[in-house]
Amino acid sequence: MPDSTSPLPALELLNVSKRFGDKLAADSVNLTVPSGSFFGLVGPNGAGKTTTLSMATGLLRPDAGTVAVHGLDVWTNLVEAKRRLGVLSDGVRLFDRLTGLQLVTYAGLLHGMERDVVADRAADLLELFDLEAAGGTLVVDYSAGMTKKVALACALIHAPQVLVLDEPFESVDPVSGANIRDILHGFVESGGTVIVSSHAMDLVQRMCDHVAVIANGRVLASGTTDDVRGDSTLEDRFVELVGGRRHGRGPAWLHIS
Amino acid sequence: MVAHLVRLRFRLLLNGLTRNPWQALAVILGTVYGLSLFLIAAGGLFALSFAPAELGRTASVLGGAVLVLGWTILPLLSSGIDETVDPARLSIFPIPINTLVLALGVSGMVGVPGIVTTLTALATALTWWASPFAVVAAIVTGFIGAATCVIGSRMLAALTVRISSGRRAREAKTVLVLIPLILLGPAILGVTALFRELSDIFPMVASVLAWTPLGAIWAVPGDLALGNAGAAVAHAAIGVATLAISLAIWRWALDRALEKPASAQSSERTTRGLGLFRFFPASPSGAVAARALTYWLRDPRYTQSLISVPLVPALVFFYSGASGDLTGLLFVGPIVAVLLGMSIYTDVSYDNTAFSLHLHTGVSGRDDRWGRVLGLGSFAVPVTVILTVASVWVSNSWERLPGLLGIALGLLLTGLALSSLVSGRFAFSVPAPGENPFKARPGGGFTLMLSMFASWTALAILALPEMILALLGFAIDSPALGWSALAIGLGLGAALLVVGVRWGGAILDERGADLLVQLQRQK
Repeated sequence: MPDSTSPLPALELLNVSKRFGDKLAADSVNLTVPSGSFFGLVGPNGAGKTTTLSMATGLLRPDAGTVAVHGLDVWTNLVEAKRRLGVLSDGVRLFDRLTGLQLVTYAGLLHGMERDVVADRAADLLELFDLEAAGGTLVVDYSAGMTKKVALACALIHAPQVLVLDEPFESVDPVSGANIRDILHGFVESGGTVIVSSHAMDLVQRMCDHVAVIANGRVLASGTTDDVRGDSTLEDRFVELVGGRRHGRGPAWLHIS
Repeated sequence: MVAHLVRLRFRLLLNGLTRNPWQALAVILGTVYGLSLFLIAAGGLFALSFAPAELGRTASVLGGAVLVLGWTILPLLSSGIDETVDPARLSIFPIPINTLVLALGVSGMVGVPGIVTTLTALATALTWWASPFAVVAAIVTGFIGAATCVIGSRMLAALTVRISSGRRAREAKTVLVLIPLILLGPAILGVTALFRELSDIFPMVASVLAWTPLGAIWAVPGDLALGNAGAAVAHAAIGVATLAISLAIWRWALDRALEKPASAQSSERTTRGLGLFRFFPASPSGAVAARALTYWLRDPRYTQSLISVPLVPALVFFYSGASGDLTGLLFVGPIVAVLLGMSIYTDVSYDNTAFSLHLHTGVSGRDDRWGRVLGLGSFAVPVTVILTVASVWVSNSWERLPGLLGIALGLLLTGLALSSLVSGRFAFSVPAPGENPFKARPGGGFTLMLSMFASWTALAILALPEMILALLGFAIDSPALGWSALAIGLGLGAALLVVGVRWGGAILDERGADLLVQLQRQK
C-alpha cells in the first residue's frame, strides 16, 4: 500500500491513444498527476477530457499506451486499481429506480464491503452532501444537482486514494458546490489526490494546484497552476493555447439598435 | 413549412439508418414485407370483383374496420409509436398549429406503413371495376379511410401524452395498457371460436360495423355498387365526420401539449430504509440480486416480462377450455419457464450506462451474473413450480408431475444459463430507462430477434435430454423415466447454469469496458 508521500505519481498516463472511427480522441496523451495534488483538467468541448479520464479509470480500453495508479498498471490489474480509484463519470445514468440511500449502499456492497461499514458510511455521506432528507426518494426524482451529489457519494463510499471526477460541479448550486470543494480540499489535505475536469477556469485557478490543458486529444500544457498560467489568468492562457476566440460583436442584424 | 417538416422526417430516418446498417436492413426488409402484403391484398380485392357485390362490401367493411382498429390500438400495445418527429421538440419554433397538424399528418402518411395502407385502401377500387361510380367513390373513400388510420393513431398518441405527464402517471398508464393486453388474447380466441362456428355471422357484423366510425367509410363503394345511394351518403357522412372529429381532437391535444410540454414531476413518496437490500446477503452478488429484484418491481420494462406469468395460463386455459380438454394446460409450466428464463437476456442493455457503476466498483463478472440470476430466480423458481403443480392438479394427471417438473425446471435453468452468457456480451437496442417500454426504434429489434432466435434454438437443443426422457415416460407410462427426467433436468440445468454464469462472467471481466462503449452508443 503506497502512502501519500510516495514518490510514485498518483496517476500516470504514458503515450495513451484512442481512436473513434476517423477521430483521434486521444493522441499520445502523457499526463502525470503527482500524489497529493488537486489536479484540474481543462479543455474545450470535445477535447477528449472524458475519453482520457475514462481510459485512466479502467472504463475505456486505450488503443495504445499505459496507465498507472500509484505505479500499478490499471489495465492489467483492473480490480486492484479500481479499489484505489473513486470515479464520477459524466453523462452516464445511475440506477435511478433505487432511493439515494439504496444507491449508495449498492455501490458499497458491490465493492465487497461489510454491511455495517456500508451503513455507517452511507449515512455519513448522505449527511455530508445534505441528502439525508432525500435518502428515501428515488434518484430518478432528484434534481440534476442532487443526482451529481449522490453519484459523488457513490464514488467516495470505499474510501479511495485517488478521486477522478468528470465535471463534478456542473449543475450543482453554488452552496453545494462550495461544500463539495471543502470536502475535496479536506481529502487532499489528508493525503488523497483529486483530479477534476471542468469548464470553469476561475474555479480551477482558485481550487487546483496543478492543471493540464487538453485540446483535440493532445495535452497542450501541464504543470502547477502558477507555471501554466504565468502572468495572466488561466482563462486568458487557456484561450491563448486553444485558440478560437473571436473578436467582434456579431453580425449587424443581431444588434437591436 | 409542411414540405420542410416532411423532409425533416426523412432526414432523421436516413441519419438514423446510416448510423446502424442492421437497422437499415431491417427497414428494407420491412418495406419488402409491406409491399408483399399490399400485393396480396390487391390480388384479393381484385378477385373479390368476381364475387357477388354483397360479399365485396362485407369484406371491405370488415377489412377496413380491422385496419382502422389496428392503426389506432396496436401502436399503443405492441410496436410503439413512431416518433421520428417529436412534436414536443418542435414547441420552441413558431409554427402555426394548423401547419403542424398538416405536416405531421403528411409525414405519418408517407412512412412505410402509411404508404402500404394508402395503396391498399386505394386498391379497393379494383373490387368495383365493373361499376365506374363505385370506382371513383372507392378512390375517394380509400383516401379518407387511410387518412383516418393515420390521424387516429396520432390522435391517441397525442392524447396519451397529455395523460402521462408525470413519471408515476406514465408508469401507471403502462400497467393499465398491460391489463387489456392480457385480456386481448383470450378475447380474440373467443371471438375467432365464435366466428368459426357461425361464419354466416360475418355479413351481419359487417352491416353493424358499417354504421360505426370504424367501418362506415369502407361501406360507401359497396353501397353504390348495390344501388343504395341513401345508405352511401349516410355512411360517407359518418366516415367524413370520424376523420374530422379525430383531426379536431388531435389538433386540440397537440395544441395543449405544445402549451404545456410534459415535464417530469417529482413525487413526494419516499421509502424508508434499505428495502430489499436487507433481505439479500451483504455481498456483491447479493447486492446485485436485491437491485435486480427492486427493478423487477419498479421498472415498467420488466413488468412487460412479468405479464407472461398470468397471460400464458389464461391463454392456454381459454384455448384448451374451448375444446374441453385440459391436458393443454400442462404446457403452462414449461412455457412460463422459458419466458422467465430468457427474460434477463437484455438485462445489461436495460441497465444502460448505469452499468458503469459495476465497472467503477470492479465487481467481478461472475458476481454480476449470479446476482441477476438470483434476483430473478427468487421468484421464477417458485412460480414455475407452482404453475406446473397447478396445471397437473387441474388436469388431474399427477403421474406426469415429476417429468413435467423436470422439463420446466430444466428449461428455466438452461434459459438462465443462456441469458447469463449472452447479456454480458451484447448490447441490444432496447427502450432506455424511463422510456415507454413499448417504444420501438425503427428496425432496432432486428438484431435482438436474430440473436433471440439463435438462443431459443440453443435452449431447445440443450434441454433435449430431460424433454426426451419425460416425453418417453409420458408415452409408455413409466414413472421411473419421469423421475430421471427430473433428476437430469435439475442436474444438467444446474451444471449449464454454472457454466453459463462462469463463462458469461469471464467475458464480462474481459470485455466490460467495451460493453460500456456499446451501451453508450445505444443511448
